[in-house]
Amino acid sequence: MKRRISWDHWSAVLVLVPSLAALGVFVYGFIVWTGYLSLTDWNSYIPNFHWAGLRNYVAVFETFRFQSDIRNLIVFTALFILGCLVLGLFLAVLIDQKIRAESLFRSIFIFPMAISFVATGVIWSWLLNPQTGVNLILRALGDTHPPQWFLSTAIVPSIPLGLIQVGIPLALVAVTLAAIWQMSGFAMAIYLAGLRAIPDEMKEAARIDGAGAWRLFWSVIFPQLKSSTVTAVIILSAASLKVFGLIYAMTGPGQDFTTDMPTLNMFQTTFQGSQFADGAAIATILFLIMAAFSIPYLITVLRREEEA
Amino acid sequence: MVAVRRVRRTVLYLVLTLFAGLYLLPVYVVAVTSLKTGAAIDLAHMWALPRTFSVGSLGAAWTQLGPNFINSLYLTIPATVISSLIGAMNGYALSKWRFRGSNTIFFLILLGMFIPYQAVLIPVLRVLEAIRLDGTIPGLILVNVVYGIPITTLIFRNFYVGIPREMIEAGQMDGAGYWGIFRRIVLPLSASGFVVAGIWQFTQIWNNFLFAVAVTTPPHQPVTVAVVNIAGSQTIQWNVQMASALMASIPTLVVYILLGKYFVRGLLAGSVKG
Repeated sequence: MKRRISWDHWSAVLVLVPSLAALGVFVYGFIVWTGYLSLTDWNSYIPNFHWAGLRNYVAVFETFRFQSDIRNLIVFTALFILGCLVLGLFLAVLIDQKIRAESLFRSIFIFPMAISFVATGVIWSWLLNPQTGVNLILRALGDTHPPQWFLSTAIVPSIPLGLIQVGIPLALVAVTLAAIWQMSGFAMAIYLAGLRAIPDEMKEAARIDGAGAWRLFWSVIFPQLKSSTVTAVIILSAASLKVFGLIYAMTGPGQDFTTDMPTLNMFQTTFQGSQFADGAAIATILFLIMAAFSIPYLITVLRREEEA
Repeated sequence: MVAVRRVRRTVLYLVLTLFAGLYLLPVYVVAVTSLKTGAAIDLAHMWALPRTFSVGSLGAAWTQLGPNFINSLYLTIPATVISSLIGAMNGYALSKWRFRGSNTIFFLILLGMFIPYQAVLIPVLRVLEAIRLDGTIPGLILVNVVYGIPITTLIFRNFYVGIPREMIEAGQMDGAGYWGIFRRIVLPLSASGFVVAGIWQFTQIWNNFLFAVAVTTPPHQPVTVAVVNIAGSQTIQWNVQMASALMASIPTLVVYILLGKYFVRGLLAGSVKG
């Protein structure tokens, strides 16, 4: 009996071997390969593996485009996560009020997640086209100077730093609106699951009419949602770091790179500009950013689960 | 008190309906635009209902991206089936036969889900060239299957954790081994796990753009690449662009409308919670 169980455990290991081998090559091997390429001189169509040290990283950081990317990534991530969390929490709380047609409302708020980022990009590029879409409504409401949306070149405030102006590029706000439309349902689903895990008595207490409801929510219910918030922030950060199709379809790099992202920069630098080593350097930076927040998160989640 | 409660409920429903309307606005625009006739396509009247209905925009979109739509089916169906099967086998091994180091292996698999795929893209293309799969749908299937392993493994592992240990032990009492237990006990209970993983993968692979645009070349490009090409073309009218975005979204939307509950389960499973 005992020997057979151990043989069964060996079967489990053997089953995992092909997947581990595939991921070992395609994930870990390829990341190392990309890292290696970023340290070579391969910046033309013909491969050249001459050692370059960190020269490509320095070169990338000294470009106007990459400096813009860093600003854009920070601005986009902050607005996108904040928008998704606020909207997601708000909608989740409304839906959690024992309402009728709950599943209908839930479905409506989540459905954009089933659509591709490129379809969203195309649709919103027309909705936010200054000539039409949302601006038709704004004009009808009496706004004579409606926003230029993603065609705006303004950066607010415009503080010079390095080669670029630091601030919020208004064009990027338009892209963020589309991204929030697409992903806020995810935050809502996470928060709704979190709310459903809280004992009913606590929620009843917060639901009681009167002046205390607001405070009760923030001091009793919201702290219970901490792990939901952490999860949502991590997943949305990953989505934000990876955002590509939406930008590609909606605006591209934009005027003066106001809507550019490291992902798009890497793609164009590598496959359209044939600057493979520079592209690999940008890709490695992206990977390092991702590793910095997702590895600690994964370790914490798996530990907590092991203890439980 | 009753009156106050009624007012509050009314406000609650009004707010919810308002937001539902906002979320559906893009759907409205896409739908009316796709159904207008050529003469009624006017940027100044984007919000107006069509006076006469016509499927001309949809027809024009279909001539543009029909072949790519078929490509997407050839891509998505096999890739979804294969990656779900791999996920089921991995999830079974990781949940029911834990061994020393199995959590470390799980961690190493999961990390593959978070990586920005730009970090592997140059090697992916080099390897596909070396094995002569570059530019093709089988090449894209391979890539989607491999990078789908983390999420399908996660979905099935969390799913199988819910199968009681006693059932596995009962199988062992009956003399069944690793595969016997999988076939006779675990697999028959896996239907909804396969639905969750299948829907998730179908949606992700159908909607994927980065691998699609990097790996494939015409005429093998899937529908997402076609949508972007159509939108980038100066000669194609905006109503056809809208209609092609709609058409590219229909398969995943239909799946979502029919099986939304399982889609949300995949969504929550993807957030790595036990």
